[in-house]
Amino acid sequence: MNAPVLPGSLVENPRLDRWIAFLPDRTVRVATGKVEIGQGVVTAIGQIAADELDLPLDRVVVLSGNTDAGPDEMYTTSSLSIEMSGGSVRLVCAEVRAKALERAALRLNCSPDDLTIEAGQFLQNGAATGQDYWSVAGEIDLSQNVTGTAPVKPASAYKIVGQSVPRFDLPAKVSGAAYVHDVLPENVLHARTLRQPSRGATLAALDEAAIRRAAKGELQIVRETNFVAFVSPVESVAQAAAVAAEQHATWNDVRPIAPAAQEAAWLKDQPAEDRPIGAPPSTTAPKNLAQITVSRPYVAHASMAPSCALARYHDGQLAVRSHGQGMHPLRKNLAAALGLPIEAITAQHLHGAGCYGHNGADDAALDASLIAVRIPDRWIRLQWRREEEFAFEPVGPAMLVTLHVDLDGKGRPVDWTTEIWSATHTQRPGSGSGYLLATEALANPPPEVKPADPTEARGGGGTRNAVPIYDVPAHRILHHLVQRGPVRTSALRGLGALPNVYAIEMLMDELAAKAGEDPLAYRLSILSEKRARRILELVAERANWKARSTGGSGQGLGLALARYKNRAAYAAVAAAVTVQETVKVDRVWAVADAGLVINPDGARNQLEGGIIQALSWTLKEQVKLDAQGIASRDWDSYPILRFTEVPEIEAELVDGAGNPSLGVGECTVGPTAAAVGNAVAHALGVRIHDMPLTRERIMAALLKT
Amino acid sequence: MSIALTVNGVARSVEAPETATLLDVLRNRLGLMGTRYGCGLEQCGSCMVLVDGQPVHSCTREVGTVARRAVTTVEGLGSADKPHPVQQAFLDEQAGQCGYCLSGIVMSTKALLDRNPNPSRADIVAALDRHLCRCGAHQRILRAVERAAATLRGAA
Repeated sequence: MNAPVLPGSLVENPRLDRWIAFLPDRTVRVATGKVEIGQGVVTAIGQIAADELDLPLDRVVVLSGNTDAGPDEMYTTSSLSIEMSGGSVRLVCAEVRAKALERAALRLNCSPDDLTIEAGQFLQNGAATGQDYWSVAGEIDLSQNVTGTAPVKPASAYKIVGQSVPRFDLPAKVSGAAYVHDVLPENVLHARTLRQPSRGATLAALDEAAIRRAAKGELQIVRETNFVAFVSPVESVAQAAAVAAEQHATWNDVRPIAPAAQEAAWLKDQPAEDRPIGAPPSTTAPKNLAQITVSRPYVAHASMAPSCALARYHDGQLAVRSHGQGMHPLRKNLAAALGLPIEAITAQHLHGAGCYGHNGADDAALDASLIAVRIPDRWIRLQWRREEEFAFEPVGPAMLVTLHVDLDGKGRPVDWTTEIWSATHTQRPGSGSGYLLATEALANPPPEVKPADPTEARGGGGTRNAVPIYDVPAHRILHHLVQRGPVRTSALRGLGALPNVYAIEMLMDELAAKAGEDPLAYRLSILSEKRARRILELVAERANWKARSTGGSGQGLGLALARYKNRAAYAAVAAAVTVQETVKVDRVWAVADAGLVINPDGARNQLEGGIIQALSWTLKEQVKLDAQGIASRDWDSYPILRFTEVPEIEAELVDGAGNPSLGVGECTVGPTAAAVGNAVAHALGVRIHDMPLTRERIMAALLKT
Repeated sequence: MSIALTVNGVARSVEAPETATLLDVLRNRLGLMGTRYGCGLEQCGSCMVLVDGQPVHSCTREVGTVARRAVTTVEGLGSADKPHPVQQAFLDEQAGQCGYCLSGIVMSTKALLDRNPNPSRADIVAALDRHLCRCGAHQRILRAVERAAATLRGAA
């Protein structure tokens, strides 16, 4: 028999005891390298383990993001946690279950086939044996490597998987301390930083006396080259010092920014690496060319909480608590930045506010650690200021997308070129494309790296979802990876999927109009993928597409479709809008196919959240720049969708039909934006290509009609 | 100076400057971590508490102004083991993702339902519009408020 192909997480972390432990309190601890960022993954991992081990859910404890005892699964990204970590936990639990049955069978002098497990108790032909996981646990060698050969349960045997189990973490979050922000160890010192305004900027002068006067309390000022931190036993003192420091610091060599760089159009004239992907250039001249250009500006993660971390350096060991997306990568990155051996660092994930991608979480962990090694033996609680969070988090890059599509005599695409201009979508530290922020402020800052995007094999960055889901004989991408954006950019929910799907699905409506056909019928005529057809037809039914008006009345109905990364969950979205001076989204319908769904209500929550966040980006959001950098530094200058603006949403998952689980967290983002874009075009009779769809853009579009 | 106030029904005396924010006092002097810092600018609502039953942004409210008044935080409603009906309704609806905005929203909900036991959807939206939620749990939150209202009416 050939060895089974193991998920990457098991290849990297083969020992069973990295994943599972039987605890004396008669629970089983299952470990995952993926972390809770509001998406419910820890609960879902627990469900998978409980079912595979035949345990009640309350006997399963999930250890998440722990560098001491848990597996290294890199970052919690790309809607991969259920596929990668869930798949690994399932194989590990199946194997440990089989080993436990073997041991019990030896004790009972029977065949493992005579044994079943109910709530962790081993039964022989249905009768109690007195044996259970914990009675044989000492005889199971968990230092062995996983083989992946133990059969996993068929989906038909699941009792807990597929149930809408309530999230483990919510009770604490509505009633008290729950986040890394809420941990106050004894004698903790509070810290804030003064950020280097840009890479290369040097601190010429800092009026420490003035800062101390403003801080009004016990204060230590930690300075290391261009890194500055204010540390106090009193949080408000550290905060006041950092606020005052902005006025009392003089910086040289600050890189100026051209405010025009805040618009996506600026990208087109910038030096770029041109990356041709897909079909070779067409050798024939286009006969019937259709084109569309769309844009999306820089958008922020804009987490509800500023980034925060705790660190303590004691006896040469650094302990870190962080809400970052990957504790093992953080540990490696901290070791490199601090010059410590990796064994000297432990990192444990604690909850933070939702991050939706690479925000300031990892950077705050380095800030806290830099202070901790200079003030040893005390816990340091470092929190960014609100304005620091907006100004220094890496933002989602602006994108400009142009489609050049040659059509046949019936108006169907025969040759398709997608041209994309964007800065990088990944500057995650340790990935070779970026650094922890404070390293740039230290002596010997790391060299600037040549920007790279996630590879096509990993779903691409700027090119994510650039390949249309429709039947297109020849498709190519020309990706202009802009070498230096005005601000730090990195991964934000969906990466390039939103602008790419916006472009594709807006063009679909235009091509349908050109052909004199209904947008739904036109799409279906060039859509072979059965799973995509099914959800597109379903969403049209839910939205009563048949009754759609001829348009131009100020009321619009639009739809859009995509399969996230062309390999994760499928989502079709319809949106009904009313457009007067602004766009009001009245209702959204979504249908998704995510294969086997572990927790249906949790998955729906993710669909809904993706829809609302995408509405917010599409209608309202743009990071504003001035000569100093990011100028939108609070919620007034960076408004997001509010309770008064959120539409009714009906989000639905079709049954998995025996298909494996597909990540669901990002699948609605692109289709939501495009459905709104199409609905607005239907309402107005004119299309708005540039996001966000603001009042100014509506008025400009209306003037054209 | 010493400031006397009632927090979650208990008389407390805290040593703090009058200009310290109520949020700072709750978290750093009284150890009540359920009230969260979001923006410090009254823009996001994460820090909402009740002062004499009225929702107040604790991030900017100077503690001196609440001397001898009654302050209520999420800890004063219920605990993870014994949630208040409002908290229970949020759990029943799984009305949250990261949850950071929720304790403030729970407090605004409590204030709303105290003054209007049978709010319309529009009343709820109006009461919560000063809260931001970045994860997009809005519709669940609105349903949770409706559920809490129904539970509390039933219990009354």
